[in-house]
Amino acid sequence: MNVSSFLPPLLALTLAPLLLGVTNRTKALFAGRAGAPLLQAYHDLWKLLRKGTVYSNVTTWVFRAGPVVGLGAMLAAIALVPLGGCRSPISFEGDLLLLAYLLGLARLFTVLAALDTGSPFEGMGASREVFFSALAEPALLLGLVAVSRETGSISLSGINQAISLHVWGHSGLVLGLVAVVLMIVFLAENSRIPVDDPNTHLELTMIHEVMVLDHGGPDLAFILYGAALKLWMLGSLIVGLVIPFHFGIPALDLTVAVAGMIALAVALGVIESTMARLRMMRVPELLIGAVTLAGLALVLEHGGVVS
Amino acid sequence: MDTLLIALSVMLGGGVLSILSGPRPRLATWLGAGGSLVGCLIGLAPVVDSIVYSRSSTFHRPWSVPYGSLWLTLDPLSAWFALPILVLSGVAAVYGATYLMEHRGERSLGFSWLMYNVLTASMLAVVLSRNGILFLVAWEVMSISSYFLVVFDDEDAQVIEAGRTYLIATHLGTAFLFAFFAILGQGAGSLDFDAIAAASPKLAAGTASVLFVLAVIGFGTKAGFMPMHVWLPEAHPAAPSHVSAVMSGVMVKTGIYGIIRTLTLLPAGPAWWGWLLVGIGVLSGVWGILFAATQQDIKRLLAYSTVENIGIIALGLGIGLVGVSGNMPSVAVLGFSGALLHVLNHALFKGMLFLGAGALVHATGTRQIDRLGGLAKTMPLLSGLFVLGAVAICGLPPLNGFAGEFLIYLGAFRGHMESGNLYAVPSAVVVGALALIGGLAALTFAKVIGIVFLGSPRTEDAVNAHAPGLGLTGPMAVLGLLCVAVGLGSPRIAEVLAPVAAGVAKLAPDRVVPATAEVAPALTSVVTVSGLLLVLVASLYGLRALLFRNREVATSTTWGCGYQGGTPRIQYTGSSFVEPLGTFFAGVFRERRSIVPSTGLFPAPGSYSSEMPDVATELIYRPAFRGVGRVADLMRWIQNGQTHLYILYVALTLIVLLVWYLGLVMPT
Repeated sequence: MNVSSFLPPLLALTLAPLLLGVTNRTKALFAGRAGAPLLQAYHDLWKLLRKGTVYSNVTTWVFRAGPVVGLGAMLAAIALVPLGGCRSPISFEGDLLLLAYLLGLARLFTVLAALDTGSPFEGMGASREVFFSALAEPALLLGLVAVSRETGSISLSGINQAISLHVWGHSGLVLGLVAVVLMIVFLAENSRIPVDDPNTHLELTMIHEVMVLDHGGPDLAFILYGAALKLWMLGSLIVGLVIPFHFGIPALDLTVAVAGMIALAVALGVIESTMARLRMMRVPELLIGAVTLAGLALVLEHGGVVS
Repeated sequence: MDTLLIALSVMLGGGVLSILSGPRPRLATWLGAGGSLVGCLIGLAPVVDSIVYSRSSTFHRPWSVPYGSLWLTLDPLSAWFALPILVLSGVAAVYGATYLMEHRGERSLGFSWLMYNVLTASMLAVVLSRNGILFLVAWEVMSISSYFLVVFDDEDAQVIEAGRTYLIATHLGTAFLFAFFAILGQGAGSLDFDAIAAASPKLAAGTASVLFVLAVIGFGTKAGFMPMHVWLPEAHPAAPSHVSAVMSGVMVKTGIYGIIRTLTLLPAGPAWWGWLLVGIGVLSGVWGILFAATQQDIKRLLAYSTVENIGIIALGLGIGLVGVSGNMPSVAVLGFSGALLHVLNHALFKGMLFLGAGALVHATGTRQIDRLGGLAKTMPLLSGLFVLGAVAICGLPPLNGFAGEFLIYLGAFRGHMESGNLYAVPSAVVVGALALIGGLAALTFAKVIGIVFLGSPRTEDAVNAHAPGLGLTGPMAVLGLLCVAVGLGSPRIAEVLAPVAAGVAKLAPDRVVPATAEVAPALTSVVTVSGLLLVLVASLYGLRALLFRNREVATSTTWGCGYQGGTPRIQYTGSSFVEPLGTFFAGVFRERRSIVPSTGLFPAPGSYSSEMPDVATELIYRPAFRGVGRVADLMRWIQNGQTHLYILYVALTLIVLLVWYLGLVMPT
């Protein structure tokens, strides 16, 4: 483990909320608005951390544990995520599984906290969250199965370092399909359009926002920060896959990777501005589509099209 | 081995004394539960010793039964299955002592305790037996003693029906085992396992495959593989909860043991053995959890979740077989290690959850999830244990469930990376299936906890619930602590487990070390991150407390979008929670809905009810048994109640046998 391996988590912890600002600015541009400041998410977090809170009298310890366990799991997961050819502080064979399951742990506690309020809205959001993520999970892991065969590694850091023009050259089709799969998972897991709209409140069509209706103060800050970290984590998987070169100089590679993350945030803004949200019962079809694409990537890998 | 025999005697002795104590329920409980607990504690020492130091010991006496011998061996594989049997049976006995006392006076507790202790002893005998006859005797005793435990509440017609289903299913399974052992013994000339293993290289490939399929059906029926699982969701809910815990947590694992032991007795098989187990694993895992998700009755839900977990174990065994036949030793070791670890893990968390379900029934008087709600307030300990169990059973870090699934996943990733299509395809299928199962398990247990423990009470049952005492929650807490301990101690456990897995894979001695070397380090890294997670969560709790110092933390009602007239009835229910799933998988479920809408100007009350019959029961068993019934009806003229005709049958049979015998002995 060397010093440069601490840079990916450090960048994640500091820059994750910035991505939200970039996306929102892009959306504002499309809508012809000025938009909120780029650093709005940081202001929000700071404001919330200084506030008190109101708890529903229906809730129990589960509600209070939700944001804490959720953010704790995100922070632990950040330690596994590489960036720009720099290994993460902790990397081992199979760390990508641990990442997926830490996200699962955070999700379970968010869902339980939502159900703890007894609010029908939050129950609705919780129900959708668990259902959609159950379909997103196979897509994510099957995509990673395909990539791990192409790169010869079952570790996120190993995959990140092995991605090169050469690998793209001889199995670009597989990697391209997986990138699409990861993009769909990225949109679904981060509750973005076309799966969910992060800007709506109190509508019957939302998922993540409705689950955290009753949280306030530092609890909400934990949740927002955790969501930003999740956006960064899943985003860096995509960026790590599609940037096919490394210079070998950590500073330069990390700059390229961060630029890639910002570009992804802009792309997210473009998607959210130009697409409509899907009807709820269409979302499973999108996710099963992602599973199918991952399956197609695996078939191409074995069918002799890609050797 | 002597210690283990003493343990068995203490258990059986306690059971016999318990039934002899007659109408004194307290004494019967002390003797029965005490005998079980003490026996299990005594048995732990040799079992743990055998696993840790990988030692074997044998007890061998001749037996007058043809082809039989009293041959018991404790080797690390047997010990690995004996461990959860001892732990869970001991803990559940303590729980049962409190649980059964409610029924004193109504029924003979002594008989129940005798059967309980016989069940524990026979499960141990199953995993220790090294002779086919002895094995089948132990197997039958196990099935019959558990039948009597299932029908404890014998005034309930549903319970009797469940017991009958179980009895039929278990004997159908045993029939396949008779064929299995008959063919196996014919090849080896003996039913002793070591003779069979020694003769196995001479076994024709076709015969080996027939034997494998017989074992999968025979043992799989006990294990609860789909579609042989139908007895399981009937029998487990019907039994008293400590019996459900033992049946679901460890008894079904004797089926898994049977399959693993079979693998050690047969030569290495072709690729399709792995495909078969992967296929069964996907079917059991995905269907099991889909049916679990949609159940209303918490014990039925847990029973279906057992089918799911058995599916996960089958996936691990499938990956192990993929590794064996694809000549990938590390894949084989990862797959088998994962399956074996999941055997222990499932015993711990499913045992805990079944005991928890019993405590819930005890506290509220209902098993219907949608009738509960808000119990976390009145029962903080029980709700905490349920949350712990849910994290474990969903395979989430840092608990034990993740460790086992992680090894299976890792084996599957490896298998996919290292091999050609014949093995890469089932490997990828395992990854996809495990991911889907994991997600659906989270859905299922979020529903259980969210609807039962969180929110507001939905009915009077939940309002009037009283927290269960320490007699019920204490044993659960022990299992919960073990879940944490196994999760954090998994690297050390994997070290002793990997050689056992290598033995099942029958690796050549020079390949064992490289194949097992990476199992523990992978888990060490997982545990490192788990430790980090625990530290982070604790720090965030501290930070939160620090932030809230001198701040206003108020209490109010749940935000209802401005509407504050809500009642507990507007909460999401378990049914509404899984409605999207039910609608999406409508093709699988064949759900029956009956809707009486309320219409008209002065609408009368409407109603809605839905029912989720088991597809296997509906499509396979019911038609099959109807057919059997019709054939039996046609044959009824033989049984006409006239004694002289019966005597004629006997005479005719004897004559036929005599002719056959003479024809064989004296060929003309």
